[in-house]
Amino acid sequence: MASLFQRRRSKATQTERVRERRHEGFLRYANFRWAKISGGLCLLIIVSYALIDVTPRPNGGSWYGYTLGTIGAGLILWLTALGYRKRKMTSDHWSLKAWTSAHVYLGLSLIVIGTWHTGFQLGWNVHTLAWVLMMLVILSGLYGVVVYSTLPAALSNNRDEMTQMQMLEAIRAFDRQLHAAAQPLTPQDTAPVLAALDEDPFAGGIMARLSGRYPDCATAAALRALGASRSSDAGAREKVVGLLSQKEVALARLRQHLRIRALLEIWLYVHVPLTFALIAALSAHIVSVFFYW
Amino acid sequence: MTEPVKVAIIGSGPAGLSAASRAGQLGLSHVLLEKTDHLSDTIFKYQKGKRVLATPERLDLRSDCRFAEGAREYILGNWDEDAVNNKVNVVKHAEVTAVTGQKGAFEIKTAKGDVYHAETIVLAIGTQGNPNRMRCEGADLPHIIYQVDDPEDFKDKHITVVGSGDAGIENALGVAEEALENTVTILNRSKDFARAKAKNVSDMMEAGENGLISIRTETQPKLVEPGWLTLETPTGDEKIPCDVIVARLGSVAPRGFVESMGIEFTGPDREAFPKLSPTFESTVPGIFVIGALAGYPLIKHCMNQGYDVVEFINGNKNLTPADEKDLAAIFANLPQKKSVSEWLDYLRERVRIFADVSPLQMREFMLDSKVAYYRKGDVVFEKGEPGSSLFAIADGHAEVEVGPGITVPIEQGSIFGEVGLISGRKRGATIRAGADSIFVEVSRTAALKLMAAVPGAKRVINRISLERQLLQIFKGGLTVEDLAPVVDAAEVERVPAGKVVLTEGEQGDDVYVIRSGSMVVEKDIGGKPIFLRYLPAGSFFGEMGVLSGQPRNATVKAAVGAELIKLTGESFRRMLAARPQVREATEAAVAERAQMNNFIESRKATYSSAVDLYSDTASFIMKEGLGEATDALLIDENLCVGCDNCEKACADSHEGLSRLDREAGKTFAHLHVPTSCRHCEHPHCMADCPPNVIHRGPDGEVFMEPGCIGCGNCMRNCPYGVIRMEAAPPPKPGLLRWLLTGFGPGPGEPSPKWTKKQLGDEKPKKIAVKCDMCKGIAGGPACVRACPTGAAIRVSPEEFLSIARLQEDAG
Repeated sequence: MASLFQRRRSKATQTERVRERRHEGFLRYANFRWAKISGGLCLLIIVSYALIDVTPRPNGGSWYGYTLGTIGAGLILWLTALGYRKRKMTSDHWSLKAWTSAHVYLGLSLIVIGTWHTGFQLGWNVHTLAWVLMMLVILSGLYGVVVYSTLPAALSNNRDEMTQMQMLEAIRAFDRQLHAAAQPLTPQDTAPVLAALDEDPFAGGIMARLSGRYPDCATAAALRALGASRSSDAGAREKVVGLLSQKEVALARLRQHLRIRALLEIWLYVHVPLTFALIAALSAHIVSVFFYW
Repeated sequence: MTEPVKVAIIGSGPAGLSAASRAGQLGLSHVLLEKTDHLSDTIFKYQKGKRVLATPERLDLRSDCRFAEGAREYILGNWDEDAVNNKVNVVKHAEVTAVTGQKGAFEIKTAKGDVYHAETIVLAIGTQGNPNRMRCEGADLPHIIYQVDDPEDFKDKHITVVGSGDAGIENALGVAEEALENTVTILNRSKDFARAKAKNVSDMMEAGENGLISIRTETQPKLVEPGWLTLETPTGDEKIPCDVIVARLGSVAPRGFVESMGIEFTGPDREAFPKLSPTFESTVPGIFVIGALAGYPLIKHCMNQGYDVVEFINGNKNLTPADEKDLAAIFANLPQKKSVSEWLDYLRERVRIFADVSPLQMREFMLDSKVAYYRKGDVVFEKGEPGSSLFAIADGHAEVEVGPGITVPIEQGSIFGEVGLISGRKRGATIRAGADSIFVEVSRTAALKLMAAVPGAKRVINRISLERQLLQIFKGGLTVEDLAPVVDAAEVERVPAGKVVLTEGEQGDDVYVIRSGSMVVEKDIGGKPIFLRYLPAGSFFGEMGVLSGQPRNATVKAAVGAELIKLTGESFRRMLAARPQVREATEAAVAERAQMNNFIESRKATYSSAVDLYSDTASFIMKEGLGEATDALLIDENLCVGCDNCEKACADSHEGLSRLDREAGKTFAHLHVPTSCRHCEHPHCMADCPPNVIHRGPDGEVFMEPGCIGCGNCMRNCPYGVIRMEAAPPPKPGLLRWLLTGFGPGPGEPSPKWTKKQLGDEKPKKIAVKCDMCKGIAGGPACVRACPTGAAIRVSPEEFLSIARLQEDAG
């Protein structure tokens, strides 16, 4: 395994700075270094579990169980530290990509470490609660890995070189033009347009945000209403309808943007709180184990 | 008709006022002519409360007027007092229109028809020129302004912009920002906007459609009253509310006026200054030029010159300039002891590039230079070191290490280090002192200034650098003598971005060396131009034609605006014939290039899509101006999750401001070029920095040292919009505190709202903020370190477009 640890840190002290020169994602980082390490660890555990005959039976309380438990608890705490590492811009040489890579693969190895630590003894108690929470955290993390590797391209395609601010600005520009263009309309036609102008592009709640479906969209409603209306001057109405459909396209882009971003972020609202619940349950698990030593 | 005076001073800015004060103190008969009704119009027109800085700090002030850093009002107040205390004879509303006569009897006419007689004239009119004034009734009211310093000074106002050239449109767009809630009207006398750039016109039209600006064509002002403006429109007069009028009607530059007196300039270009003697005397005896017009934009310089010039006129020959002690310090560490002027003469005599430099220029120039004594064998710089300064050999000689154990001497009087100066890249070779020597180290900016001001110096530097460049490229025992015919026949060509220099299939045998900028090589394969190679500055092309006599086998065009040296095929062939080793080395290079071309062609047959993608990506990268980059941030949008951790890391690694905008910028095939500094080979931002604080650092980074005066030139000069003018936010609570208690704005750049709340009414000075490639941070660029998915990388174009990349992409 020594070759896996050809550290670049010694190089970093040389005059040439260590920089990332190629686009290499966190999953492939350093030729799957952390996948290999964590895979090797899992294999080691599975094989040794089969070979070592713990008496009276495999159990979290045996010496072997304690070993796995200590490794697992340590790992959980270290994995949690990613949240701190990510935000703490110290000046020494580290790569958040390497941390993410290790986080993902070592996190996955906890499935084996944690489960084999139990000796497959699960029940309705605080110990199993910690195990269940851990599995849920890993599951939500898996979702994160999947969306991180599939959604960015869609996000990029949808925004088409526009920034979120520009998308909002585009909608506001249509609003201003609509405001001017709607002046000649009859009050009956003006009402839906005004409702469309009042619409907050961010409104709609979490379900709308995640699904991208906005059945109560005031712009769509105004388009329908004006399409069916015969009351105002046809030319003026046509202009407003044109602007409304342009706004609808702009809105659709923004909503798709927000949807993908939400999908990329939503899991963190599960992953992180569950991690803290896990740490609480883990503490209870450890304290109770030693209390009943 | 007034009494003749000894000296007439035209212009009452810092230079003119200081000159008049000295004259007043000396009891010289004088007159100070000012065209407006107040002193120092340029500074008077600064926005209210603007802080004026007193740079350069190391220079002592020598003037009868006070000057220290302070608010505009404080400085102007001091000067008004000083003018009275120094018994300055000032005439306001005296706009000089013509100067006739000669030394001893000049006649100065003003716009009002007054005539002044003077023995000598000090010209201190600055470079602003005269803005054309409004001509309608009420045109002298104070709410008419001729420039907008900061659009944010205007909130909730009715503003009318008169004049629809670029300046007018830009001002109108500035004050029409939605958040400022101004009601903005722009007037145009004619129907269309022929004088403005298309981009400005379309921006204005868009703002008009969005209701931010009311655009009125065929309309002009008729009557200005406080709070109201009457317009003459095609449908009759109309009165609109108006709190501020911004008049942008163009201006008359002062050069024509100066030349009308017979004063010569150093050259025809816009940057040229009047030719001056060491006592600031122009080519017309008796007329002295000081201040910004003489090429000194800083207030302190101007004030010192005002003092000095009057002392000179008064016959003081022993006056040592205010910079004497600074210059003495520069020469203090040399083994020989000489006076400052002896040293300056010594350098001018012994160094070729200083031969044509005037004593006055030499003084100025030495202030930005260093002189050092080296013992035999001392290393001046190492190969691969960054550095852009130029060295001149005043005594002794230098040795260039061209290969292991092989050195080439450079003789006294010559220069070295000029490659860094011209291409902005790392040092090409190690240089040692060949004997006990004295070398002058000239900063890049000072050297460029020298080249612009002294044509003789420019010729020498260009010739030497061309010889060296050729020697470096074509190794194999070549000497300067071998090169003489090649260099004599060489021509420098400037090519704009995108211009084709060589066309595939055409006959030709000229060889080109890229002096600055970069080129791309393309080949037509299957009816589509395929990108073969990126050629950075310092490489050469066209040599295959000379060696083989075949038509050009690929097309070469400029990736960015570039400077090429064209060598004729004939002289090049003769040089090769004289030196067989050079021919061999060149042939080897050709073979290597040909091999690479063949590789791409063979790939094209089997992995067509990979080659196309590589080629299209290369074109995109070049189109985005990365051809002049040395180190740029690229984001792979297949990996970027939009967490903006790069921006947050950037802000947290610096003083709380992010230097990059991840989301903005162009994208091709999911490769995104964000708005962030590329550390251009020839940084546009460096072009015009009055305090000269933008430099290239040890890792090739272009960074700003403290001392920015907030003028915004660099921001405007940057074609990529990566420089912000911003004040650093106040320090925020620590990360743990935020994580645990939610106190503070959290990681990254704090919101303007938070900053505003912390600062209260305080309005800190905005200075230029740009990427410094995390200079001085051991771990390297924070944006890359903090990317959780590996989407962000920093590369130079040649690294990114390497053949290795194509090989990997093709599998």
